[in-house]
Amino acid sequence: MVAIHVNRYKCGYCGACVGVCPTGALELIETWIEADENCTGCGICAKVCPVGAIEVKK
Amino acid sequence: MKDQYDVVVVGAGPGGSIAAKTAAQKGLDVLLIEKRQEIGDPVRCAEGVKKISLRRHIEPDHRWICADVKGSRIFSPNGTKVEMSEAISGGEVGYVLERKVFDRALAYEAAMAGADVMVKTRATGLIIEDGFVRGVNVMHLGDESTIRSKIVIGADGVESKVGRWAGIDTSLHPSDIETCAQFLVTGVDIDQDYCDFYLGNKIAPSGYIWVFPKGKNQANVGIGILGSKSGKHRAITLLSDFIKEQMPDARIIEMVVGGVPVKGTIERTIANGLMLVGDAARQSDPITGGGIINSMDAGKIAGEVAAKAIAAGDVSTKALNDYEKRWRATIGREIDSSLMVKNTFVKFTDEDLNSLAYSLKNVNFTSMRLMDLLYALFKANKKLLWDLRDLFKDVVKNEIDFNYRS
Ligand SMILES: Cc1cc2nc3c(=O)[nH]c(=O)nc-3n(C[C@H](O)[C@H](O)[C@H](O)COP(=O)(O)OP(=O)(O)OC[C@H]3O[C@@H](n4cnc5c(N)ncnc54)[C@H](O)[C@@H]3O)c2cc1C
Ligand code: SF4
Ligand code: SF4
Repeated sequence: MVAIHVNRYKCGYCGACVGVCPTGALELIETWIEADENCTGCGICAKVCPVGAIEVKK
Repeated sequence: MKDQYDVVVVGAGPGGSIAAKTAAQKGLDVLLIEKRQEIGDPVRCAEGVKKISLRRHIEPDHRWICADVKGSRIFSPNGTKVEMSEAISGGEVGYVLERKVFDRALAYEAAMAGADVMVKTRATGLIIEDGFVRGVNVMHLGDESTIRSKIVIGADGVESKVGRWAGIDTSLHPSDIETCAQFLVTGVDIDQDYCDFYLGNKIAPSGYIWVFPKGKNQANVGIGILGSKSGKHRAITLLSDFIKEQMPDARIIEMVVGGVPVKGTIERTIANGLMLVGDAARQSDPITGGGIINSMDAGKIAGEVAAKAIAAGDVSTKALNDYEKRWRATIGREIDSSLMVKNTFVKFTDEDLNSLAYSLKNVNFTSMRLMDLLYALFKANKKLLWDLRDLFKDVVKNEIDFNYRS
């Protein structure tokens, strides 16, 4: 299960989250972020996002 | 659409376009792919470059130059100013670019040199056979296909996946990335001659705020903070606070977000049939965050090495090691020094920063570079900067090390 939610209305599609994801679960497709099942819910992407567009689902 | 090339370059940022241009000039059959539909947009950059370094790659053109700056000013938390001008400062004297136009101009040059270019074309994976990278899977306008090549050059920026697909772990820890936000502002009085930097753990924890002039009364006002300090405070909110306080009349006419690798050199940037350049190879400078010139320099080396390897019929890591060796001897050495500076810098309190700036109050910097500035700081603050002694041991021993590549 993908453990994060990206708020597409907030995201500036910069790719910083993709660069820090330890498992390679994220991908920046042009103007949105996709997450796959490799996501462990570690929350690093959410911490680093410059605008706070990512939330780790409980 | 052709499905076979000598070289496929993934990503049409400065690194990728220069790699493609160089390889095409050497007579190779080159394809440059870019996932965005508009090269260079959205921007994720403050757009500052050193003039002489830029000239190594392209003649300056007014169509993509917004401002011509003569110096930098660094402000410590209590406002103590350190000024470096023209002949003296390292990476900060130069132009402020319009990256949207600049990046496309570089892709144009690659195309003029003979490279094919495809936009809205995303690499989705590598073809790997017998331990060799032999091409890329791509998606173009929703359709998937396969393009074979002797060499793939991964120039896919901070979000790079090309290296990871080939088994090179390029992931960044939170303390290996500056998380950034920037506004293009207007309606304020901006000194168009200087790039300004504001330091302080309150305003920009383990980072800084920059004000780069962009012509007329415009400026890129941005912030980078270390990823490990992000969370409670975010780049975007800290920047908004700064603008509210320092430039209450500013009108924001553009917004930029992004991440810059500040990890230092990574262990490996090649595999059989593969080279990584620019932000994909984490080649941005750990202290300034500058990566435009490094990516272009690396792109040029990669293009040259690709031509040699293909001519010799050997694209194994043994042949591509030339790339590794050449970038590490130049870009890599600077990155290593800057990493040392970064590791010291992130530990400073505001009091430390103030006393460092104060120690330079009466020093005249009219003939100095960034490394000279650091050396002057070191001499006046040995205790605080003791961790940097190795950096200067080299410098003192060998004058050449003083000269950061221009
Ligand atoms: C806020 C901020 C301020 C900065 N300020 C400065 C500065 O003032 N001066 C400076 O020198 N540097 C600065 N930098 C750093 C600089 O922007 C980068 O180092 C530089 O852009 C790196 O160039 P590059 O070619 O390696 O990558 P990029 O310019 O990031 O280009 C990578 C390209 O690859 C494409 N791509 C990615 N994945 C794929 C794929 N799978 N398929 C196809 N295409 C793909 C991307 O869309 C992108 O166009 C700043 C960075 C940030 C974030
Ligand atoms: S770091 Fe944040 S703004 Fe940037 S692409 Fe990821 S979710 Fe979007
Ligand atoms: S939560 Fe961790 S594993 Fe999941 S996408 Fe974010 S960084 Fe990757």
